[in-house]
Amino acid sequence: MSHYEAPIREPLVLGDKSYHDITEDIARPIEGAANKNWYIAFYISLAAMLWGFGCIFYTVGTGIGVWGLNKNIGWAWDITNFVWWVGIGHAGTLISAVLLLFRQKWRMAINRSAEAMTIFAVFQAGLFPIIHMGRPWNAYWVLPLPNQFGSLWVNFNSPLLWDVFAISTYLSVSLVFWWTGLLPDFAMIRDRAVKPFQKKIYALLSFGWSGRAKDWQRFEEVSLVLAGLATPLVLSVHTIVSMDFATSINPGWHSTIFPPYFVAGAIFSGFAMVQTLLGIMRKVTNMEDYITRMHIEYMNIVIILTGGIVAVAYATEFFIAWYTGSPYENYTYLSVGAATGPYKWAFWSLIIFNIITPQLLWIKKFRRSFIITFIISIAINIGMWFERFDIIAIVLSKGHLPSTWWRFEPTFVDVGIFIGTIGFFFVLFLLYARTFPVIAQAEVKTILKSSGEFYKKRSEQGIPTKPAIVVLKSGNKKKDSDNNLNG
Amino acid sequence: MYQFSGKLKTFSLALIIFGVVGIAFSFYSGSQKTIEDAKHAIEASNSDAHGGAHGETAAPHGEAVNHDTHAEKTDKEAHASMIEAHSEVDAVHGNSHDNEHAEHVLHQLQNRPWSAFYVALFFSLGITLLVLAFYAIQRVAQVGWSVVILRVMEAITANLLPVSIIMALVVIASVMHLNHLFPWMAEGTVDPTSDNYDPIVDGKSWWMNSTGFLLRSIAYLLIWNAYRFFIRRSSIKEDTANDGNKTYKKNYNASVIFLFLFMITESMMSWDWIMGLDPHWFSTLFGWYVLASLLVSALTVIAFFTIYLRAKGALPHVNDSHIHDLAKFMFGFSVFWTYLWFSQFMLIWYADIPEETTYFVARFTEYKLPFLGMVVMNFVFPILLLLNSDFKSKPWFVFIGGFVILAGHYMDVFIMVMPSTVGAQWYIGIPEISALCFFIGLFIYTTLNAFSKVSPIPKGNPFLEESKHFHYYNIEHSGEESGDH
Repeated sequence: MSHYEAPIREPLVLGDKSYHDITEDIARPIEGAANKNWYIAFYISLAAMLWGFGCIFYTVGTGIGVWGLNKNIGWAWDITNFVWWVGIGHAGTLISAVLLLFRQKWRMAINRSAEAMTIFAVFQAGLFPIIHMGRPWNAYWVLPLPNQFGSLWVNFNSPLLWDVFAISTYLSVSLVFWWTGLLPDFAMIRDRAVKPFQKKIYALLSFGWSGRAKDWQRFEEVSLVLAGLATPLVLSVHTIVSMDFATSINPGWHSTIFPPYFVAGAIFSGFAMVQTLLGIMRKVTNMEDYITRMHIEYMNIVIILTGGIVAVAYATEFFIAWYTGSPYENYTYLSVGAATGPYKWAFWSLIIFNIITPQLLWIKKFRRSFIITFIISIAINIGMWFERFDIIAIVLSKGHLPSTWWRFEPTFVDVGIFIGTIGFFFVLFLLYARTFPVIAQAEVKTILKSSGEFYKKRSEQGIPTKPAIVVLKSGNKKKDSDNNLNG
Repeated sequence: MYQFSGKLKTFSLALIIFGVVGIAFSFYSGSQKTIEDAKHAIEASNSDAHGGAHGETAAPHGEAVNHDTHAEKTDKEAHASMIEAHSEVDAVHGNSHDNEHAEHVLHQLQNRPWSAFYVALFFSLGITLLVLAFYAIQRVAQVGWSVVILRVMEAITANLLPVSIIMALVVIASVMHLNHLFPWMAEGTVDPTSDNYDPIVDGKSWWMNSTGFLLRSIAYLLIWNAYRFFIRRSSIKEDTANDGNKTYKKNYNASVIFLFLFMITESMMSWDWIMGLDPHWFSTLFGWYVLASLLVSALTVIAFFTIYLRAKGALPHVNDSHIHDLAKFMFGFSVFWTYLWFSQFMLIWYADIPEETTYFVARFTEYKLPFLGMVVMNFVFPILLLLNSDFKSKPWFVFIGGFVILAGHYMDVFIMVMPSTVGAQWYIGIPEISALCFFIGLFIYTTLNAFSKVSPIPKGNPFLEESKHFHYYNIEHSGEESGDH
């Protein structure tokens, strides 16, 4: 009875699915050929990516001066994009790790793609710390390596150095976590492959997974341990990113709420990106039976929650900035100065896209609507970009000394690199969607009988669905009729 | 149905009576303090400072940190050269300063029974509130495992009404100037002609004024109690409702609304009731930090009552997996508390902006042992004890871990309140212990009394069956007859 599930819970797998159907559905995009739309999307992304790479080479070859930065605003689009991409990556780990710890079954249909999104987003994020350097060829100096300068080491007091450790650890752990989960799924593709080349590739990728009981037991334990490690990691990574700002003494940056507030914002924007991607993916890969309205609604609820936390943090920032009695706070991010100053358009974009629009999700009809969800998720992605831009640029544009007040105007290179990372991200994601099992079939199969629509209906009607094999007293093995459905 | 045993009833009443006597005694002796006592205290700490082991914890400096209305610069210098700075100031100001100083220490001495009571009161109120919030979360998240202990949480929240009334009385007493807990309430802080004039407080008077403080405090208490009143009644109705989950859904909606209001009122409450004790200090994280501290304590209290009531046979469906889950929450949120504690501490330490750093300087100089000890109790101890999966399902292990966690978070609240109200005049003695006894007694009495009133199993909850059959995969259920899992 340990798999008892209350009838009030909505099914997570729709239709009359058997185990075999799940396999077929998930293997189909990998085994079939790409259609025209895929190629169009791919080439557009590739073009954007190449354009972005061009801008990066131009920056490195010519100098950071080709960006719109000036001597007062030394960080703008570069770090904005960095934080934005890192933030997007956080939902993946949240879905696979935190929701695993909370035993949320609905994560199973979305965790694979969310983790892929994490990894590809962290790739994009990882570009910025390198390319925004004045001398990126010396980037390896950030590593504490013994060297010929009398073992000259790094200073461990800088949050920018913590960033190096945080991001690289985060990428490594996410990658391992993701790949471990992929082993049974790659093995499934390997076992089905008919072309020798494909078989060879997936045989390599699946590390000889054979699905024995002992393997599964260890697999589960590893997943749980990794989830337990990834959860503090996901909190600490964005915390460290937030400390790039919060450890400073700039009014508007120096704020103790930044660590949890950035994390909440990361989950908020990350989930918005998952909604954007899955909203499209479920259609084009025909995964509507697995990524259901229920999944979309649950994610929207997480968005409301984290959006609410972010809103409380804004209110706190606003209140405490006033409460400090410091006149400097009045010129900065989320203050009267920001709402009326030269960046008021950025400030109000943040308020409208981040706080006001997501409130529509309180209405059940809206949060169960694919179209409205998609639109709101885009709005949040924009809003969260503005949040980072506001924090960075507005604060730097009006520092302690009025003689340092300056404006920031991005150049085409700033914009080009950002577009390039979006292109790069979609190149990776599109390739992934064609070659990787986009849903963790091994996991979905574990909930089919407890949360599948067909089985839920049967158990409500009192038709037994378990155990699959009944051992009779005489010792004969009798196959339960339901089991014939499972290929 | 659970029978509130006569023995335990007597025990909790004895705690309450003992507490009342102790509190009365501390208020009596606190009100008898005179300027002479204050001078003695100053002398004692000065002689300590020069010769004793408590050298760095000398009274006057921390006191200067918290209460002086001098500009921050003076404060900063005072820290920098500690004892020397003080004696110089002494020399310059001579006798009049001595008297001013003595009056200040007198206020601290008189504050002590109030603060001791306030710490225990806030801790008790906070725990009850967070149990209520956790309960609301269980409803909103449609949790399957915890349904069999929902009634335990409900019973604990019975404590909310009495502690809210006491809190309201303390708030009124503060506003009526019966104590010196909130420095901004002192006479003349917003009057430019007064000696007491404090421009910083004056700048905040839009928020820091007695009327607003009183109205807000009452509003928080009303909102929380309204939800508790509604949900308790409606939850009992749910048992027999049989209306196709209509009552259940109503309770769900009420919990959503409560959580929304809770998120706002909790932050504001912590600004008003705790951060306001240090009117010159501020931290944006503070509200959530207080939340984390109270949440861990609340989870621990839930675990304690669950373990106790299960041992008494009052919770037939609670198995080791439920205990394991509670212990996991205790573990996880202990780490979360540490995360917020460290974030707040480290960011302030790192930037070292004088107006913020004073807060930790006071705590580091005068409260070193409790300040650092609390981190050990709230982080190191639970991490080591509750990491192991087997340990988390052993009630006595959870009890040991929980005891340390509760003591640690009492220390946490103590350190939030005491340095601001009594400064160096702190000690854990009769006022603190008797206040704690009073609230523990009240807690036990109200909880078990409420638990004995209704069925311990919420029959109408649609997730009850899931909870009864809840079995975490690697937990060996020990000592249970029932074989249905």
